Amino acid sequence: MINAVGTPQSLLLLGGTSEIGLAIAENYARQRPLTVTLAARPSARLDAAAEKLRGLGATVRTVAFEARDLESHPKVIEEAFGDGDIDVSVVAFGLLGDAEKLWQDHAAGVEAAQVNYSAAVSVGIALAERLRKQGHGSVVALSSVAGERVRRSNFVYGSTKAGFDGFYLGLGEALRPEGIHVTVVRPGFVHTKMTEGMKAAPMATTPDKVAQVAVDAVRARRDLVWAPAQWRLVMSVLRHVPRPIFRKLPI
Amino acid sequence: MRPGPATLGPVEPGTFETRALTGWGRTAPTVAAVASPTSPDDVIAAVKTAGPRGVIARGLGRSYGDPAQNAGGLVLDMTGVDRIHSIDADSGLAVLDAGVNLDQLMRAALPFGLWVPVLPGTRQVTVGGAIGSDIHGKNHHSAGSFGNHVRSLDLLTADGQVRTLTPDGPESDLFWATVGGMGLTGVILRATVALKHTESAYFISDTDRTADLDETLAMFANGSDDDYDYSMAWFDSISTDGRLGRAVFSRGSLAKLDELPKKYRKAPLRFDAPQLLTLPDVFPNGLANKFTFRLLGEAWYRKAPKQSRGQVMNLTAFYHPLDMFGEWNRAYGSRGFLQYQFIIPFSADAELRSIVRQMAESGHVSFLNVLKRMGAANPAPMSFPCPGWTVTVDFPIGPGLHEFCARLDEQVLAAGGRLYLAKESRTDPETFHRMYPRLDEWRATRRSVDPDGLFTSDQARRLGL
Repeated sequence: MINAVGTPQSLLLLGGTSEIGLAIAENYARQRPLTVTLAARPSARLDAAAEKLRGLGATVRTVAFEARDLESHPKVIEEAFGDGDIDVSVVAFGLLGDAEKLWQDHAAGVEAAQVNYSAAVSVGIALAERLRKQGHGSVVALSSVAGERVRRSNFVYGSTKAGFDGFYLGLGEALRPEGIHVTVVRPGFVHTKMTEGMKAAPMATTPDKVAQVAVDAVRARRDLVWAPAQWRLVMSVLRHVPRPIFRKLPI
Repeated sequence: MRPGPATLGPVEPGTFETRALTGWGRTAPTVAAVASPTSPDDVIAAVKTAGPRGVIARGLGRSYGDPAQNAGGLVLDMTGVDRIHSIDADSGLAVLDAGVNLDQLMRAALPFGLWVPVLPGTRQVTVGGAIGSDIHGKNHHSAGSFGNHVRSLDLLTADGQVRTLTPDGPESDLFWATVGGMGLTGVILRATVALKHTESAYFISDTDRTADLDETLAMFANGSDDDYDYSMAWFDSISTDGRLGRAVFSRGSLAKLDELPKKYRKAPLRFDAPQLLTLPDVFPNGLANKFTFRLLGEAWYRKAPKQSRGQVMNLTAFYHPLDMFGEWNRAYGSRGFLQYQFIIPFSADAELRSIVRQMAESGHVSFLNVLKRMGAANPAPMSFPCPGWTVTVDFPIGPGLHEFCARLDEQVLAAGGRLYLAKESRTDPETFHRMYPRLDEWRATRRSVDPDGLFTSDQARRLGL
């Protein structure tokens, strides 16, 4: 159960090797005894992540999860909830990919759409069904500023995140009367393995900082936050830039 | 009205209302199907419909945290089961449904010259809640807690039976597991409570102001407390200078007829408890801050006389000053607040000083600070009161509060103290288990009547009770 100061006892990370997701788990594990379920494809990286969390005193278990296998999702969620209630569920899986390849290579583009959008919807629906039964819980959905106004430079990824963002904001509205809270987090450029080798954008941040934003937002029961917070202002300007000008911006 | 959630069995439409519930601190809301029975038979029928998420009884929701919530399950709003069956003016015995509240009981009993033997800081609690939390009041050192005054109770257990339990009868272990058992042994349907004879509804009260924490503790330790049936002190927990721990002592006893001035003698048993206003739900977060609380605290301290003797006071003035403001919890804004109440043995007075100092220096501010000397414990394994100091503070929810309270928990535990389940809203299971060494004994009794855990609450889940 989430306690009076907004700290959970159990956490499910969908995308169990996501650096931001793991940073959220670590943030909570440092505050209070935490049970963590990492849902991901079995890998050495997953084992290392589990070990690291155990080092912080958390009780960790792993559940095999393949985002591409949509049919399997309800079962995965059922298994994740097998040991009892989940207080915070973090939806953190996603593909960034090569932006130019994604719109020209059919298979790559479809895969990005399936993992980033279809799988997120699939997981969200299964999760909602389970959370409604338990009558409480928070969902953290890791979106991106890329989805807020889709740019030419990474529009496939951006469009999947736009869909993701809209779905989870809407899910939050739908679940509000059921006592379930959804927080959509829109980070900007984050230094992770996903962005390794890319040129850092302005206001680049780290997984730990994004995690702190997410943890604070869950505590305050906020629906939508940006990481860092300045992105909110930047995006609200960019959203309104006319297309002919937007096209010429170096972004 | 919506039908119950999928977890419930087949239910009649309109019987349940699905809604979010919180405690008095307005934190950690969860959603449950709420049934509103109006008779013990309704309660028995409703409990039968409970699904895998179980059921818990709820009274007036004055517990600060989550003991009267049951996420995804069933919650019984017991306030409609509120018949006063009888009050015997001679023996003082009152037979009450669990949903009767203490305000209602007091109004009914006073004309017979009878007084509710244990009153907490509010009269807005039900008899069932008073037993489940084994509540205490300003007279704990002289009268014990609520459970001490219960002569029998009817408990609906998981098997659908209604058992009549007494403090020393054949199932006395279940009686005492129910006292302070937070509703987790079953649903209390009815209780017989021994009321106290009184000649008036007024207090003869003495007020004393102390200048610092040393003086405050000395005042409690000098034996003067035993001259009063009722005693507690409000103390300053914000000043970081020498004024920290200065207190206003309010102590007294119920007035006998010949102690009352003439103007009160005409109607000595009049129920005299005015309420000024009910606070609207418009307060922003952050209004409860260091600045406002320092001002309020200063005013509170100064409004009290340095010393006064033999003042006649009504119930509100002496006992329930906060009842002047209905729904005062709204003043803390939407983020809510928590109440931190602990008890530590008298021998731990160095730890007590240290904790009070840390509160002042923490940056977390509390206005409603109560210090009280507690008396003997009763046989209930989960009952909170025991000989020692109890300290109660209210903190608005804010950054760092979790870490601060966790540090306090460790010190309370190290000093041999514990937290009060009716106030507790945030600790972790391991810490809590170490605070109540008789938890396993209580669990065994609970398991013997509810092996599958039909009766459960958010708090029970959170603390692994």
